[in-house]
Amino acid sequence: MKIAVCVSHVPDTATKVNIGSDGKSIDPNGVTYVVNPYDEFAIEEALKTKEKLGGEVVVISLGGENNKESIRKALAMGVDSGVLLKDDNYRDSLAVAKALADEINNQNAELVFFGKQSVDHDNSIVGQLTAELLGFNSVSVVVSFDLTDNKITAEREIEGGKEVVETSLPAVITAQKGLNEPRYASLKGIMAAKRKTIEEKPALPAENFTEVVIMKKPTPKKAGKIIGNDAGAVPELVRLLKEEAKVI
Amino acid sequence: MANIILVFLEQRNGLLKKASLEAAKFASDLAGKLSFDVEAVSVGDEINNLQEIGGYGIKKVTHKKHSSLADYSTSAYTKIVSDFIAEIDADIVVFSNTALGKDLAPHLSVKMDSGIVMDAVECNIENGEIQLVRPEYGSKALTTVKITSPKKVITIRPNVFNPGNPNQDAPEIVINELTETDLSTKTIEIKKSEGKLDVAEAEIIVSGGRGMKGPEHFELIEKLADVLGAATGSSRAVVDAGWRPHSEQVGQTGKTVSPTLYVAVGISGAIQHLAGMRSSKYIVAINKDKDAPIFQVADYGIAGDAFEVLPVLIEELKKVKED
Ligand SMILES: Cc1cc2nc3c(=O)[nH]c(=O)nc-3n(C[C@H](O)[C@H](O)[C@H](O)COP(=O)(O)OP(=O)(O)OC[C@H]3O[C@@H](n4cnc5c(N)ncnc54)[C@H](O)[C@@H]3O)c2cc1C
Ligand SMILES: Nc1ncnc2c1ncn2[C@@H]1O[C@H](COP(=O)(O)O)[C@@H](O)[C@H]1O
Repeated sequence: MKIAVCVSHVPDTATKVNIGSDGKSIDPNGVTYVVNPYDEFAIEEALKTKEKLGGEVVVISLGGENNKESIRKALAMGVDSGVLLKDDNYRDSLAVAKALADEINNQNAELVFFGKQSVDHDNSIVGQLTAELLGFNSVSVVVSFDLTDNKITAEREIEGGKEVVETSLPAVITAQKGLNEPRYASLKGIMAAKRKTIEEKPALPAENFTEVVIMKKPTPKKAGKIIGNDAGAVPELVRLLKEEAKVI
Repeated sequence: MANIILVFLEQRNGLLKKASLEAAKFASDLAGKLSFDVEAVSVGDEINNLQEIGGYGIKKVTHKKHSSLADYSTSAYTKIVSDFIAEIDADIVVFSNTALGKDLAPHLSVKMDSGIVMDAVECNIENGEIQLVRPEYGSKALTTVKITSPKKVITIRPNVFNPGNPNQDAPEIVINELTETDLSTKTIEIKKSEGKLDVAEAEIIVSGGRGMKGPEHFELIEKLADVLGAATGSSRAVVDAGWRPHSEQVGQTGKTVSPTLYVAVGISGAIQHLAGMRSSKYIVAINKDKDAPIFQVADYGIAGDAFEVLPVLIEELKKVKED
């Protein structure tokens, strides 16, 4: 079975964000980019599924030359091959999904793993969009996954619990933290990754249906009050919550 | 262009969720500004409080009903709602950014071949154009976006848009009994988590961090949550340590919350934690380190020992509640 995993290449979550000179995107200077944290769960689940059922795993990433770093990381973890869908320009989620769907078709993949969310734009939709474009079944925000005899049983996180969902291949799964413990790349894996080739091709052109008007930093909250440094401050806190904030 | 806004109403256990009332009010306000008509659609089995939606500005609700639809199914809900969108030729479809809304909305945007904006926290009309503001990069940036395609899908962050007080208006309710549904993905069971209230839906959250020193001390967090009628939350450090379940984690790799009141106890306020809770209306921090970053976002802080402060706070609040 051919399994695909889609990864995005994003600023490290500890990054300080500065707005770029265009006023519409972040200034990449001094920003460290990493594999999107949720995509590590996706990679791990793809590898586990291959280990259980056999087959081949391909990693796909859309973006600039630097995305190869994240592709290499997936290869070092044990993914078989990589594809970079090259596009240096900004794409919205749907335009990303259209190019990914096209490549998943080319690869004849029947099972595709995504992260539940890319921690740059925080949309949480590319997996579902791609599934719908492909006509695949889809389960998002998955914390447990099993594929046996073409039947998928997955648990997805919802408010106050989990939905246990049944579906079948072909399918898209988006990974939530808790699904597994991503493996570390071994030294051997890192060496092997250097010999694996990354196929590079232009991403399928697609029109953006959204446009950024302006990006700003949130106005910093005005520093609050430290009311006191022991339990003696409790009555004042309660009074403020009641009379000023009116929340209790 | 039929000039119609459609709002999707989410039900669980046969009741419309509060987030749906917010979405209804948002949609009807937006319709007012654009001089559009507004309609609502719901999917499920029996829904007991559909008439309430009239009070939030919706004149007509179509309920797509089938006994197999009480629980969510991506395939069935996508098919039913997209058929309905096509039938009434809706231009804009609004969802709440709940677990269900996040799953369903993107499927429909593909069906409509429309642009989609997720998790809006603000909406403005500029020169007749809808502009939506949404947090990105773990709330470190606020981006204003517009949708350039004729059809539009929007999800709004729960707890941000005030539904206001309902009026007495009753909607016209059309119940549409379905004969077949596409259950190629279907929910076979719902496993409820032990906690009573989920952080994603709570008005008040009390969260504990590594400063609580061990899982046994979370009893204090739970007691405080109890008196406040709050949900309990956690930092990642305590989830990773196995003290608390992941479903409680607030932050960049946990849940994003916007409660009216967020109480952070023994939480340092790392940037990834702030990403999930900084849009809370009021933030209270209890931390023995007065330089902890959490105090930079807190409205009210006590720079003291949680083990000393919490018992007193719990007692004081009990008194207030009894009054
Ligand atoms: C990719 C990535 C994603 C992440 N995602 C998240 C996320 O989603 N959510 C999240 O929370 N974190 C996340 N983190 C982790 C984050 O960086 C912090 O490590 C974490 O939030 C720290 O948790 P904490 O505040 O409980 O612990 P600490 O940072 O150890 O803070 C404990 C605090 O308790 C105080 N304290 C100690 N004793 C007492 C006492 N007796 N009374 C009162 N106060 C006391 C201390 O002064 C200290 O400020 C992420 C990190 C990475 C790298
Ligand atoms: N440029 C991209 N290339 C490959 N995969 C992507 C890209 N952007 C997003 N994804 C995938 O889609 C998931 C959800 O992204 P998002 O909808 O942007 O939050 C990510 O976790 C990735 O698995």
